[in-house]
Amino acid sequence: MDTKTVDNGLELARAHILTPAGLTDNDLDRVFGQLMAPGVDAADLFFQLTRHEGWVLEDGIIKEGSRSLDQGVGVRAISGEQTGFAYSDEIILPALLEASGAAKAIAKSGDSRRVQAWQRGTGLQLYRPINPLQSLPDEDKIALLKMVDAEARRLDPRVEQVIVSLAAVHDVMVVANSDGRINGDVRPLVRLNVSVIAAANGRRENGSSGGGGRFGYEYFLEGDRWRTYAHEAVRQALLNLEAVDAPAGTMPVVLGPGWPGVLLHEAIGHGLEGDFNRKGTSAFTGRVGERVASPLCTIVDDGTLNQRRGSLNIDDEGTPTQCTTLIEKGVLKGYMQDTLNARLMGVAATGNGRRESYAHLPMPRMTNTYMLAGPHDPQEIIRSVKKGLYAVNFGGGQVDITSGKFVFSASEAYLIEDGKVTRPVKGATLIGSGPDVLTRVSMVGNDLQLDAGVGTCGKDGQRLPVGVGQPTLKIDAMTVGGTQA
Amino acid sequence: MAQAHNSNDRAGLPPKAELEALVALALDEAKRQGAGSAEAGVSVDVGLSVNVRKGEVDTLQHQRDRSLGVTVYFGTRKGSASSSDFRRESVLETVRAACSIARHTSEDPAQGLADPELLAKDVPDLDLFHPWALSAEEAIAIARECEAAALGADPRIVNSDGADVSTHMGMRVYGNSHGFLGGYAASRHGLSCVVVGKDGDEMQRDYWYTTSRVAELLESAVSVGKRAAERTVRRLNARRLPTQKVPVLYAPEVARGLLGHFIGAISGGALYRKASFLLDTLGKPVFPEFVDIEERPHIPRGLGSAPFDAEGVATRDRHLVKGGVLQGYVLSSYSARKLGMQTTGNAGGVHNLSIRPGELDFAGLLKEMGRGLVVTELMGQGVNGVTGDYSRGASGFWVENGELAYPVQEITVAGNLKQMFANLRAVGNDVDTRGNILTGSLLLEGMTVAGE
Repeated sequence: MDTKTVDNGLELARAHILTPAGLTDNDLDRVFGQLMAPGVDAADLFFQLTRHEGWVLEDGIIKEGSRSLDQGVGVRAISGEQTGFAYSDEIILPALLEASGAAKAIAKSGDSRRVQAWQRGTGLQLYRPINPLQSLPDEDKIALLKMVDAEARRLDPRVEQVIVSLAAVHDVMVVANSDGRINGDVRPLVRLNVSVIAAANGRRENGSSGGGGRFGYEYFLEGDRWRTYAHEAVRQALLNLEAVDAPAGTMPVVLGPGWPGVLLHEAIGHGLEGDFNRKGTSAFTGRVGERVASPLCTIVDDGTLNQRRGSLNIDDEGTPTQCTTLIEKGVLKGYMQDTLNARLMGVAATGNGRRESYAHLPMPRMTNTYMLAGPHDPQEIIRSVKKGLYAVNFGGGQVDITSGKFVFSASEAYLIEDGKVTRPVKGATLIGSGPDVLTRVSMVGNDLQLDAGVGTCGKDGQRLPVGVGQPTLKIDAMTVGGTQA
Repeated sequence: MAQAHNSNDRAGLPPKAELEALVALALDEAKRQGAGSAEAGVSVDVGLSVNVRKGEVDTLQHQRDRSLGVTVYFGTRKGSASSSDFRRESVLETVRAACSIARHTSEDPAQGLADPELLAKDVPDLDLFHPWALSAEEAIAIARECEAAALGADPRIVNSDGADVSTHMGMRVYGNSHGFLGGYAASRHGLSCVVVGKDGDEMQRDYWYTTSRVAELLESAVSVGKRAAERTVRRLNARRLPTQKVPVLYAPEVARGLLGHFIGAISGGALYRKASFLLDTLGKPVFPEFVDIEERPHIPRGLGSAPFDAEGVATRDRHLVKGGVLQGYVLSSYSARKLGMQTTGNAGGVHNLSIRPGELDFAGLLKEMGRGLVVTELMGQGVNGVTGDYSRGASGFWVENGELAYPVQEITVAGNLKQMFANLRAVGNDVDTRGNILTGSLLLEGMTVAGE
């Protein structure tokens, strides 16, 4: 895309935030003049204006609707390894100067510096700078919710409860750095979720599905995409009605393509974030160049995929996102970095500096993390297992960065018996060790898929939209936490 | 610890009257827009937190958050909106946004404000506000002392995620068109420490924390640091376990989560959606006979204390479980109406829940168990609220002959919560008071542990 459109992103963002506040480049100079006290190495101002709306259908009626508006500016001053941070929900010069005074208190001593002339930063153009709240009339949003509800109920009489939610975020940001770069982005994000409960023979089970990304609500109408979510949620709930207790113990595990990539997010993703490695608290610390996975595994974190939930034109420090190779053919290549940790580790920032909002500090975070496709036919992978688990859908996961132990919880899984997928089993948590689990990957499918666009990652209390993906893959031995010992 | 100042010091918080005026403005505008009824809540929170790592300041953060939330009702149609902007025009715009939402939501007879006769008549002073006039320098000094105690406690402590000191205070005001207007200020302070231990190639980290509404009641910095170090070192040389069925003792810091699952299952939202594994259990045994669970919302300085709930309904003491039998659900006005019942004053959650401690302390419970697993940390979200199916990652200690034998990790514990509650064998008197749910250790029979 041409650079003209990129500039439009910044200009739009400026027009949304700085212009209404009456803030000029001269005002920014004045703030940085105060902020860049002796001893402050770098500083940034993060302006943000976020509009959010959510709609919920339940019991067949539109039960909830809400809109919110949140705006403010985060002021950060960095001195060596130390960070001072303050923020204000008033975007006005006096509040900025006050926050700057608080943030720079971190600095001890050193040379005073001046900001050079402001220069526009560069960025990508992965999504259109629209306001997704306005991408459909309210009446059509309501109609969409009702169609999903009717479809789910139509599919099977055992469907008892249907909850459909629709949400959109219009996130506008401008970030100004003490190196003179100013950059901005307009980030649309929408999401549709459907959750059903089916009941039969005294059992009740749930199923859920959904999708989303950085576009308008019309995405859900294209090709009747909304219908596939209803079908998927109902299919899962009905399947769970038949599920038997999950096995307990260590066994071969085949993971399906797409969302099961949450494995990568937990097992290695967090452990490769720059802050933990700079501090030496990650199980992967100091292991660049070492083999940490089977040679079949190449894993990237890619913020540059068009319209994906985890994608960004620029990160929250104004660095353009990129596709960073984390593991190449089993060998650890590098970490995900924000500017602070990159500088302290003497490497380049990778466009992974993200923050939940102006009221939170940026840190290295994932974007879209996935494993590249391998050589194997997925059917061949399943046939290779005598007795094991085939897990195709997951809830969330968690990792202990330091010990490397991680979990992720299957929500749809089956037994594999003599090379065939047989009975569905109840949800169970899978546990493993990050630096070890990928060395046990013996087959990788040729069927790479990315998730449907509903992932959220939490770190230090900050929640962010992310994506994951992978092809079908086989792990020779992993612990499955069912109840059938 | 550093001295706290007298409770009239509201530095950084706006006067209550200012927030009350915002609520009144929002309610007036809702009326002017034609809403039949409305409610509004305003909150302001300010805080300071520092993280010191390896003796140096890592981050110093000043927090200041504001929020205005408005809900309007046109007949039984509801609309909500919120904003962080307190300017008059923005308040009016927020109300208008809520009204525009209500044009599209459906008639729902269960919607609406709490019944007027249930609203709190007066707002008791629960002694929740004890601001801590803590300078950044003082906070840094305390964090340094804490981390140094951890780093110096054992040669196997080789690294640190640092020590955090934080102080927060907030003021919230809620009002509705029944004429209710109430508000109060509250404070919360904390100190925590995370360190990393190493033995050979193995690294482990663990933490300890203290939290209170009153700075003087925090555990000392040295004690927090030492306990973080002890907890980290004792995890080193962890083993795995064979897959088996054994008794499991949940240490108090994780036992709280089990009671949290219980609350989730008897909450109105889960019940009216029939999305709970404890449907229709009112008046029936859920736990063994020795179990009593109480809610006491008015404990002075309590971390879960609240004079009224999120709808202005007066909170009151009650038994949730007596003699193992479920005495009541956890309801808001909406979920109560859906169930044909009356609100229990739990819009927004429970307030100071406690399970009556038994006779045994932690060591006594280990003896009682004899052989089994102590869980001190859980991982993941493997809990199904509809079925009660439970499967989570765990670490802790293997117990032989009533004593801790060795640390264990990379295992899972699994069962069904309904069965797990029925299988509760003992409640410890080692109560962890650092939260809204107060419990000692919980000893459960027969769970599946998956490992090697």
